[in-house]
Amino acid sequence: MSLAKRIIPCLDVDNGRVVKGVKFVDIRDAGDPVEIARRYDREGADEITFLDITATHDNRDTIAHVVEQVASEVFIPLTVGGGIRTLDDIRRMLNAGADKVGINSAAVFNPDFVREAAERFGSQCIVVAIDAKKTSQPDEPNRWEIFTHGGRKGTGIDAVEWAKKMVAFGAGEILLTSMDRDGTRIGFDLSLTRAISEAVSVPVIASGGVGNLGHLADGIIEGKADAVLAASIFHFAEYTIQQAKEHMAERGIEVRL
Amino acid sequence: MSTVAVIDYGMGNLHSIAKALQHAEPECDVRVTASSDSILDADRVVFPGVGAIRDCMQALNQSGLSGVITEVAKTKPFLGICLGMQALLTDNEENGRTQTLNIIPGHVVRFAECLHDSDGNILKIPHMGWNQVHQMPHPLWENIAQDSRFYFVHSYYAKPDNTSVVAGTSEYPAAFACALAQQNIFAVQFHPEKSQAVGLQLLKNFLHWDGKL
Repeated sequence: MSLAKRIIPCLDVDNGRVVKGVKFVDIRDAGDPVEIARRYDREGADEITFLDITATHDNRDTIAHVVEQVASEVFIPLTVGGGIRTLDDIRRMLNAGADKVGINSAAVFNPDFVREAAERFGSQCIVVAIDAKKTSQPDEPNRWEIFTHGGRKGTGIDAVEWAKKMVAFGAGEILLTSMDRDGTRIGFDLSLTRAISEAVSVPVIASGGVGNLGHLADGIIEGKADAVLAASIFHFAEYTIQQAKEHMAERGIEVRL
Repeated sequence: MSTVAVIDYGMGNLHSIAKALQHAEPECDVRVTASSDSILDADRVVFPGVGAIRDCMQALNQSGLSGVITEVAKTKPFLGICLGMQALLTDNEENGRTQTLNIIPGHVVRFAECLHDSDGNILKIPHMGWNQVHQMPHPLWENIAQDSRFYFVHSYYAKPDNTSVVAGTSEYPAAFACALAQQNIFAVQFHPEKSQAVGLQLLKNFLHWDGKL
């Protein structure tokens, strides 16, 4: 008997539609978020994450409505990320039915925001999303840096140190995305995942690069992640969540079947 | 039609629990309420909560709901969830030992740091995700398979003085009490409202429970 490793499908939502970009360029329409969330719930998803990539602030209510609809019929944990910048943004998402919010750039621009958010709403609902890119040369020890703006702007901040700082500030979980791997379908950056997972006391969700079921299991076994997140392999029904769990179970990983 | 009051004392979002209760039993009248009268008047009471225990106790004491909870916990089918379970015990080590409601004698303590699982990996805190619950006989487990997985997120757990109140255990890595039962009270550390089919079944069982063993 022990805690299961989690599989978390992620829905990138733009103006109320699920899309999935390859390295944020080629964006494909994958459908209605409520419909897709329902399907993932039926297939045994352990949680669902919505990443709002809507560009304009005016359309922020759209994601709240999506969450509200999903939360009325899907009874598993829901996380919303993308554009969370103020305590009011957090309150709005929690009131809509989200259980956790993902804070990304706002944490980089103002780390105290994470502290305030954790104090106000509790660490259990604060997920800090970290976008990291390798900046070391092949002959140097590994070093990853925090990037913002969809991986375009470096910040000079060391990813491992940043993860530790965010946990000290009250993050209850880390959502770690490799910007080198995101959308590539060649697997997680396992050394990055492992470096962060071994450096922090809170659960780490590995993200970025999943192209097949083996990659998910690798993230847990080699990357030491507590949960794995993927988008496109599930959206286009290449694999079901159930198949992913069966594969992980075959590799000796404890899952909720 | 029976009524269930979900106690709203400002600790966390009650949307999920209200929706889940309604989904589990569409006939039921679910009231999210901060009113003592409405709570005293309901057939059943759900006491939820997330966040820090000190804030929780402060909110309960300021709103005057502590007394109401102590009252209904003696008489009606009563379901404590997460912080709503922890608040029923005597005290809690979070925030430098916080006195709680002392309805179920015992303490709430933090998981030790740096524990390892069987593969030698460090166990993360909070204990977050789907863990198996080993049931002791109780009407609220009806139609739920033994050792089913429920969703947890917490860093503290209950250690009741009297182990006969333990109605369910989980392991992380050692066994801890994750469900307590005392007469008409049932209290769980996990979140039935986030535990998909098995969670809805537990809520349904609660909505049909007469508070007797």
